[in-house]
Amino acid sequence: MLETIKEFASEFFVTGDPLILGAQVSIGLAMVAIVFVLTFFKKWRWLWTEWLTTVDHKKIGIMYIICAILMLFRGGVDALLMRVQLAAPQVEFLNAEHYNAIFTTHGVIMILFMAMPLMFGLFNIIVPLQLGARDVAFPFLNSFSFWMFFAGAMLFNVSFVIGGSPDAGWLAYPPLSELSGSPGVGQDFYIWGIQISGIGSLATGINFVATILKMRAPGMKLMKMPMFTWSVFASSVTIMFAFPILTVTLFLLFLDRYLGAHFFTVDGGGNPMMYLNLIWMWGHPEVYIVVLPAFGIFSEVAAAFSKKKIFGYKSMVFALMSISFFSFFTWAHHFFTMGSGANVNAFFAVTTMIIAIPTGVKVFNWIFTMYRGKLSFPTPMMWMLAFIPCFVTGGMTGVMLSVAPADFQFHNSYFLIAHFHHVLIGGVVFGYFAGLYYWWPKMFGFKLHEGLGKWAFWFWNIGFYVCFMPQYALGLMGMTRRFNEYNFDMGWQPINVVSTVGAFLMGIAFLFQVWQIAHSIRFLKKETNGDNWGQGRTLEWSIPSPAPFYNFARIPHVVEQDDWWEKKERKARGEADPAEVIAADTVPLEPIHMPKNSGIPIIMAGFWFTAGFGFVFDWKWMIILGLVGVVATMIARSFNYNDDYYVPVEEIERIEAAALKGAK
Amino acid sequence: MRPVSRKLSALLIVAMVLILSGCSEQYLVLDPKGPIASAQADLILLTAIICAVIAIPVIAMTAVIAWRYRDRSNSKAKYKPYWEHSFKLEAIWWGIPIVAIAFLAIVTVNYTHKLEPSVAIQSENAPIEIQVTSLDWKWLFTYPDEEIATVNYVKFPVDTPVVFKLTSDMAMNSFWIPSLGGQLYTMSGMAMTLNLLADEEGTYYGSGANFTGKDFAQMTFDADVTTKEEYDRWVQEVKDTEVALTAEGVEELKVPGRSEVVQFSSFPENVFYDIMLQYVEEGETSSHAHHMTSNTSTNDDSAVDENLSEHHNH
Amino acid sequence: MAQAHAHKHDQGHQDPEQLKQFGFWLFMVTDVILFATLFATFVVLRGNVAGGPVGSDLIEINGIIVSTFILLTSSFTSGLALLSMNKGSKQGLIFWLAVSALLGLSFVYLEVTEFIHLINEGVNIGTSAYWSSFFTLVGAHGLHVSLGIVWITLVIMQIAKRGITPATKRRVNIISLYWHFLDAIWIFVFSIVYLMEVM
Repeated sequence: MLETIKEFASEFFVTGDPLILGAQVSIGLAMVAIVFVLTFFKKWRWLWTEWLTTVDHKKIGIMYIICAILMLFRGGVDALLMRVQLAAPQVEFLNAEHYNAIFTTHGVIMILFMAMPLMFGLFNIIVPLQLGARDVAFPFLNSFSFWMFFAGAMLFNVSFVIGGSPDAGWLAYPPLSELSGSPGVGQDFYIWGIQISGIGSLATGINFVATILKMRAPGMKLMKMPMFTWSVFASSVTIMFAFPILTVTLFLLFLDRYLGAHFFTVDGGGNPMMYLNLIWMWGHPEVYIVVLPAFGIFSEVAAAFSKKKIFGYKSMVFALMSISFFSFFTWAHHFFTMGSGANVNAFFAVTTMIIAIPTGVKVFNWIFTMYRGKLSFPTPMMWMLAFIPCFVTGGMTGVMLSVAPADFQFHNSYFLIAHFHHVLIGGVVFGYFAGLYYWWPKMFGFKLHEGLGKWAFWFWNIGFYVCFMPQYALGLMGMTRRFNEYNFDMGWQPINVVSTVGAFLMGIAFLFQVWQIAHSIRFLKKETNGDNWGQGRTLEWSIPSPAPFYNFARIPHVVEQDDWWEKKERKARGEADPAEVIAADTVPLEPIHMPKNSGIPIIMAGFWFTAGFGFVFDWKWMIILGLVGVVATMIARSFNYNDDYYVPVEEIERIEAAALKGAK
Repeated sequence: MRPVSRKLSALLIVAMVLILSGCSEQYLVLDPKGPIASAQADLILLTAIICAVIAIPVIAMTAVIAWRYRDRSNSKAKYKPYWEHSFKLEAIWWGIPIVAIAFLAIVTVNYTHKLEPSVAIQSENAPIEIQVTSLDWKWLFTYPDEEIATVNYVKFPVDTPVVFKLTSDMAMNSFWIPSLGGQLYTMSGMAMTLNLLADEEGTYYGSGANFTGKDFAQMTFDADVTTKEEYDRWVQEVKDTEVALTAEGVEELKVPGRSEVVQFSSFPENVFYDIMLQYVEEGETSSHAHHMTSNTSTNDDSAVDENLSEHHNH
Repeated sequence: MAQAHAHKHDQGHQDPEQLKQFGFWLFMVTDVILFATLFATFVVLRGNVAGGPVGSDLIEINGIIVSTFILLTSSFTSGLALLSMNKGSKQGLIFWLAVSALLGLSFVYLEVTEFIHLINEGVNIGTSAYWSSFFTLVGAHGLHVSLGIVWITLVIMQIAKRGITPATKRRVNIISLYWHFLDAIWIFVFSIVYLMEVM
């Protein structure tokens, strides 16, 4: 009996690696600690009713952001481990298998479980507030999306300690990712982890398209929407068109592995190259999905801290939408070296270059938003300023890569690695940081400590250039990505050491941010002003910080593009508001219609997790349990007609009075 | 002001990378040893210059504007909070990238055709063919004319066009000798053509650039370029002194694992096409075979077809 | 209370039932992409039989034509269900929904029979790339129809319990939209997978 258990455990858990053993022990301890704290402080009920079952977009957003920061930590540790290995390959700090697993999980986690949830967190918290809405279009679906993301992320991460991590690269090209190349369960964790969270992402895309098209405050025409909301729209539409392709692609790979189908196998008439096409038909739009909202954030931040309207609003909108459109026609530039022929390569090279045009226009417009402005430089604005040179140079190397015949020399080399980290960190991460710092007071009612934020900023920026600029050189020296070791004679080592130093500087920067958050929570007082930066332009700054759960006691009437700014200006000039604005602001309070919390999403996602885990290990009973549970929870939802309630006027008055008192 | 100094240091780093790259032979891509790599290096420098010409003023402009319009009590700079549109300015910066991209697009389309890897290289010397098979995790080179084979080592004469035929036993790899020219994927079921030429003798670094699993980092090899005489002598020496690669030997090579440099005096006939077509059923047109013909340009279609029919006649 | 406020559009200036219907349209856009990807896969792989049997060897087109008519009819009856609902006839609505579900069920039955026939003939999802994509595409549509049947059943139960209210009305509207959508997808499956194979 004991022997069978032992045998099972040694199969089931990843064993034999001190690093992983350490992680297993610390994960176990952390879980015990969490359970203990929750029980000791009698917080279980609070956790369940206030957070786990919430349909409030702001709380869901905060949960997304917490998860994203944890995932940033894990992905970052992966990166540092890789950099240590590459600085001194002779030491063999990581063996080849371990290294392969780590670069695979680093890529998947950073894109799908860090950038995506950070983005969704900002979508959730800000978009309804910018629109003057009380929630997203489908709050229940929104909660479902979050829990699907969470279930997928957990399923993916659990592979670290149970069964073994995937190690076929972040996009898992077949035939390497087929059973023949990756017989372990790691690849199945990959498929189901991404599949489950992908369903959640797809639902989020639908939700925000509907929210933006249908939930805008009266008077807010499409061309008066804040730029961040426009970027969310562009990104969500892209999600709607791209994510179904990912769903199908992963499903076909699953059929290959699980039922012996022949979609991407080398035998049986399968076509591995079709996978490359399909995965990049999703994968290329995906990078625009994550970068477009960052563009939106920069537009908001630039306008706010220049005290000036965004320059070229129409151009900006047109650029966003055309980037989203063209992103679907560039996928083959990820494999110019497949030998598809000169005409195919020329076509995709040109479509790729075309994207540089609207992107370039956006950069000019940001710069000219600052021109003739009155600039101040708190942390969000510093990230914005750091972004421009970083993104311009990163974008330029992108143009260099798009030149198909030259790409034959860049492809799969560190030049490529440097490029996409350049635009993904310089664009996406810098952007989301700017957004986090900018909207933090809107989420929690206090700003983050500026001094520590500046330390983090400088460490991030210097670390970034020290880490990635040398990698361009490595690429031109012929160093290939995913090498876990190399010959000393190549002369790559000194440059790799520099790059590793840069990576650790960014690691220190992250610690500064953790310190900053902890310090700010502990020491910084809640601010009482809803317009925390004093120069907010859009509707989210017109309500208290943090926003009451119903957001707007009275739905505002929008007349201008930067409605809140204009309202303040009118007041400063002593002008009266237009009649319809006054009418909307003074209408008697009415009971507010709100959705009820629901435990169904978390339970349903739990069943998805169960089914996914069952598929990974091919445990039939678990698969059936999971799928039956999914259907049962859906039926429960379908029969539930009691999913909304009204907030009485007295309660609204009480909350608003308290906020008003705070404001004085 | 700090942002400015930071940007300057960033610029310096970029400049340093570019300067370093010009004068060191460690930068394989920028130190070409053949016409293909040379054209690619020119193209890289051209695009880098075009990009720099646009990027540097933009970054400088950002720094100047951020400095000039900073908020301070005695600022003489204009403040126009409603200035948000200028047809002339916006036309200019739609125009600049459009012109730059149009120029680059023309250059790119032109070079894409010129440098298409399957296009034969013109030379007074007759080309030699080398068949390249990526295995887990080693390279097998077979010389159909010389009838010798090597593992993780390849040798060919200087100033002679080399027609590399590329395939893979299983996972997709990428065959790359940076000093001579760009890489091309090796794929199961397909014979891709990569034409390269070395115009200088030397030993060049080669690698498998696409990840194929555990020991993929071990798939580096030396490409030796020598005089024709030296090359002929080497071929004869391999024939005289090395053992033959047998069918069993091929199976052993297919077993995943790393390998030292090995040379063989002969190899089973058609081993390259046997590996390439191992998963394709007799008598059917698979997607692979289809890809293969549609993916390679006309001048080597015939070669592939010949070999295919040869294979099927066996 | 809920009824009294339903017309005030207070949650987001939108009738919540209409909003949900709009959301469903968006979902169908994503489902179209999903099927488009499967169709593309099928078209790419349709020649790859790896020396095994091709579709035209085994497919019996007559059965497929019958199931096509059954599905088209069920689409029509789901339209009749909507008409009954708009007339306010609860019985008629339930009747026509039940008829649609039953027709759907016989469609699924025929499809399962066809699959069993094919498997008996010796082909399955692992036979070749052609059959992988065949079973996946046709099966994906069949799975959608099966889910639709379960869904219609649930809607019937809710109408029986609650009658025709704005909330149940919306459910009927959405399910009939979905049902027509599956019909349209089937037309493509029929033409691309079956007709092109036989012709």
